[in-house]
Formats: sequence, C-alpha cells, structure tokens
Amino acid sequence: MSSGTLYDKVWDLHRVTELPGGSTQLFVGLHLIHEVTSPQAFAALTDKGLTVRCPERTVATVDHIVPTISQQRPFEDPLAEEMLSTLERNCAQHGIVLNGLGSGRQGIVHVIAPELGLTQPGMTVACGDSHTSTHGAFGAIAFGIGTSQVRDVLASQSLAMNKLKVRRIQVNGQLSDGVSAKDLVLHVIRTLGVKGGVGFAYEFAGPAIELLSMEERMTLCNMAIEGGARCGYVNPDQVTFDYLNGRVHAPSGEDWDRAVAWWSSLASDADAVVDDEVVFDASAIAPTVTWGITPGQGLGIDESIPMPESLEAGERPMAEEAYRYMDLQPGTPIAGVAVDVCFIGSCTNGRLSDLRAAAAVAKGRQVADGIRAFVVPGSEQVAKAAEAEGLDEVFRAAGFEWREPGCSMCLAMNPDRLEGRQISASSSNRNFKGRQGSASGRTLLMSPAMVAAAAVHGRVTDVRSLSPQPDL
Amino acid sequence: MASFPSGPIQLVEGRALVVAGEDIDTDRIIPARFLKCVSFDALGDQVFADDRKELDGKHPFDHPQSQGASILVVNGNFGCGSSREHAPQALMRWGIRAVVGVSFAEIFFGNCLALGIPCTTAAPDQIKTIQAAIQADLSRPWSLDLDEMRLSVEEESWVVAVDPGPGEMLRSGRWDATSQLLDNGPQVDALMEHLPYLNRFQKAA
Repeated sequence: MSSGTLYDKVWDLHRVTELPGGSTQLFVGLHLIHEVTSPQAFAALTDKGLTVRCPERTVATVDHIVPTISQQRPFEDPLAEEMLSTLERNCAQHGIVLNGLGSGRQGIVHVIAPELGLTQPGMTVACGDSHTSTHGAFGAIAFGIGTSQVRDVLASQSLAMNKLKVRRIQVNGQLSDGVSAKDLVLHVIRTLGVKGGVGFAYEFAGPAIELLSMEERMTLCNMAIEGGARCGYVNPDQVTFDYLNGRVHAPSGEDWDRAVAWWSSLASDADAVVDDEVVFDASAIAPTVTWGITPGQGLGIDESIPMPESLEAGERPMAEEAYRYMDLQPGTPIAGVAVDVCFIGSCTNGRLSDLRAAAAVAKGRQVADGIRAFVVPGSEQVAKAAEAEGLDEVFRAAGFEWREPGCSMCLAMNPDRLEGRQISASSSNRNFKGRQGSASGRTLLMSPAMVAAAAVHGRVTDVRSLSPQPDL
Repeated sequence: MASFPSGPIQLVEGRALVVAGEDIDTDRIIPARFLKCVSFDALGDQVFADDRKELDGKHPFDHPQSQGASILVVNGNFGCGSSREHAPQALMRWGIRAVVGVSFAEIFFGNCLALGIPCTTAAPDQIKTIQAAIQADLSRPWSLDLDEMRLSVEEESWVVAVDPGPGEMLRSGRWDATSQLLDNGPQVDALMEHLPYLNRFQKAA
C-alpha cells in the first residue's frame, strides 16, 4: 500500500469519514460542470428536494455541443440549444458561475479551469468527464465521475470513493526535438496497455517530467484515463507555481507565499512508498501515432502496422478487428498512410503551446489538395492569445480553417464530424470506432505538430523530416 | 419492462446475453450523438446503436430470444473511455440489471453501482465457459445471487466476485450514496474549516 505520496496526502486531507459500505466519503474541492453530464443531475436534485450545498465550489462552462463556425444564439441545432439553455437555467437557479459564450472565459472545461487558476495543487477536482485527470498536472487528485455522482457532489460537495493504488511512471532522460508530451503518453499507453492502469493513480515523475511545461503536463495527465488510470498527476514544483502566479483565481499577496509553502509540502516524499513503478527512457521515444481502434494501438513513426504473429495472443482479436475497421494491412508502414481530415484541438492538445507547435509546421506551407484541415482553440483565452501572436493568420494562409473554441470533432457532438469512412489525423484523445461522428469514420491520434505535418503532405509524416522553415 | 433497481440487490434473475470483446468503450455502448438530451429516458432503444447497425440485426441485443434479458456477460475492461453515465443508463433502460465480466473500467463500475446494477467478475476462462453456456441456449433463466456470490443456470453454477465495499452497498440497499453523504454534513463542515485552500492557507493541514 502506498504511503507518503502526493496521492496519499491529498486523499487524507479530503477524507470526511468512512461510509457503511466500506468506501470513503471524500470532499470535493473543485467541481466542474458542463452541459452534457449535468442536466439529469440537476433534475434529480429537484426530484429529491435538495439544493446545491456549495455553489461557490462549482464552476460551469459550455463546450461539448457548441458549434465552432458560428456561435450565434439560438444554435441551429435545437437539441444543442436546449442543452445550453438548460445549463443556463440551472446555473442561474442555483447560483453557480457559468463561463458562457462570449464571456472571455468560455472554453473546454479542462482548458479553462487551469487558465483561470481554479485548479490548484492539493485539491480534489471532480467533473462529469473522464478527462478530468488533466487537472492532476497541478498536483491535484482529479477524476471523472458519472451523472449520479455529479448529483452527489452538488448535494453534498463530496463523493463515495475507493482509494486507488499508486504507480510511479518514472521517465528518465529528455524528450528529443520534435517529440512531445502527446508522444510520451501515447508511448506509455502503448507499453502498459489501455487497461494497465485500472485500479491505479499514475504519478508521472523523473527528469523528463520535470522538464515539461504545465501545458505539456496537462496533455500527459489528460490521457492517463486512456491507459485505464482514473487519475494521473505530477508533483507540484516551480513550473507549477510560475504558471499559477497572477491568474484570476490564484492566491495573491501574503496568501501566495503561504500557498506555495503548503503546495510544496504536498509533493511525494523522497522515501514515499508506491505500489508499483515502471521506468521509461524519454530519449528513446519517437513521434507516436495510433493505427487502430484503441489508444493503446500506437506505433513509432518509423514502425509498421504489427503482424498478428508478432502480438501476444490476448491482443490479436482487437488487432484483427482494427485491421478490418481501419482497412490497414499488417506490415504497412504507418508513415505514408493517407488522411482526409486534419483536426487540431481538444482538451488534450488545444492550448496555446499546441497551436504554436502546429503553426510552426504550417507556416509557409500549404494544406495538401483534397484535405480538410481545421484548428479549434481550446478556449476563448487561447483563441485571443493565439490571434494576438498571429497564429490564426499563419493557419489561414496555409489553408487551415480557424474556428471558435469548443470540444468539436474530438467527439463530434457539434456539427464538426467525419463523413462515411473518412480518416482523420487528430490531436484528440480517442480513436474508438465511431468516435468522430461517423459510425465508420477512422481516427489516427498524434501530436498537433504531427497533425500539421499530415495536413501539408496529405499523409502521415514524420514531423522531424520536414526541412526547417526560413523565418517568414 | 421491469422497474428500475431499488432497495437491497441480492438476486438478479432472467435470461442472459453475451457481448464479446475486450475494451468495449462507452462510445460504443452509446454513441455521443445520443448524448444530446437533457433526460436519460429515451436511451434504452439506442444502446449499441452503431454496432447494431453495422451488424444489421445480428447483434446480440437484436436477437429475438434475448429481448427482455437482464444479465449481460462481457469480457475485459468493459465500459472504458468516456465517463458518460448514459452508457449504464442505456443498458438499464434496455433491461439489463446485472453485468458479469472479466474486468470493468472504474468509472463505468461506479456509475453502475450508483444505479444499483452489480458488476461482478470471474476469471477469463470461466467467462468463456459462461458465455458458451449462454449462447448454447438463450432461453434459459439464469440467476446472479449476491449473497452466495454465484452465477447459476439450471444445475450449473460459477463463483463470481465483487469488492467487499460495493458488494455490501448493493446487498444492504445503500448503493444510492446521496443520503449517506448528506448525513455527514457536520463532518464536511468541520473539514472545510481546516482545509488550507478554503482558509487563505492560514490553517495547518
């Protein structure tokens, strides 16, 4: 059993009591809600005659269903309009702050909470969305919940939870040029499997992790869930504090100094005990791309789609299903696979540094003929900052569409979707069958820079092979 | 359709059906386009919508003999991916009252527990045997006994498992956590008074 880790410390701080069934009542420090998984929770609250216990500890935004071409109200899609107006009504009725369209603070829930300084080290963060693991980048315990649990948090500011084991993912060395946090996490999931993390929180640690920016750490923790780990986290350090300093909801003045002292004390102790440890060498990781229908079916850019006989028996049925669904033959090099649509955005890779990395590739180049390519900033703040740097113009000049913020084609609950058997190069997090809005649509997951490289070549391309651009 | 789960869950009886395959994610159980709703009411008809369309009537949920079945037997890491409770809601509204498998994704397991739907496990080879037994005759009545922790059909029976906490919550009828959580309001208040980030970082943890 783990002890002395950040996970243990934060868990103990938020433990209210043990419940009769054997689970722990855990206090939730920050509750984030959005339009898709909250309406039924509010309805249940009303049915039971309950109120919201701590409206100031819940923060709302709208992200999943918003169109990205025109966000004019009412939306063209009446169902989307109904979902947003329901959220607006629920927030108004219960005194919850809604960071709505045009507020300057709207965006994907896992992008806006960090950028507003709401997410802080040592918190428990819950949201009706599995990618809540993102917030672990700050040294928080952050996890996705279902709608019944959203109801429970609204009513009691707490949850019935069972403690996880802790696996340290020790990453030594340093990522090479052209290799990003997305490649690292796809590599980890490929190695440990999509169910390898079930029952664990992943602690990402080691020299390579300490070198990552906060946005890169968010990308990493975001996809812990794709490896089966409900939480991923990074111990807070100076990088964390520098990111938070001066943000709207971050502590200030004397509070800031006390906060930093407390946050520092939460990092896992040098002699902390973990339940398991796995070691990776960052320098050995190449740009990584998925070829199949789970995020664990990944390949280094110089590799080929695996032959069935090279796989363990347990992996073969899923691989066979993936060959058929993806229409990709074993032995085919992943580099060179032709794509139809290129999507840059999502809670995994929709932040400013992601857009910069993609724009650096797009600058002075052109999207290949027949390719639809579009960029969806993760939030209104990201959009504004990107536009201030002229990234929107770089993308437009290269033939990308520049859109309004939202979840967009990561899960295609808005009009952005694949058609028929189209295949996408996507900076999002899931390549499940049908994920991007067409029941037969196909997804190749990769980093934003790799998506941009795929867009300009029309096929999967090693971003490291592109000749450096003159500074245009 | 039988009413939704309520009170102590000790015994689930009914016909069983099999959805085979590893890592079946919640996007497959209920595709995202069906999440555009403010109520769960209509989800029962949409469960596995794209898989069923692809198989054109040959999906287990479309088999005439499986209509009204209540025990679903799956393989490993069932319910991975999105946290959408719409997935267990869709299964429940179709008629599923218990799931048996090799393993479950955690959020899915918790979502099922919150609805009073037990997710119990058995070893991979045992699950294969159980799935074969179901498919040999879809009309047989099965029972999942949570007191004895056994899944049975006629003379045959297999041991199944669930963690002690959730098992006790189901058997005792305390799987709906809301009222228990609300009972401890004073302890929540006490914790909030000492949590550093709620007190300008002036309180020692």
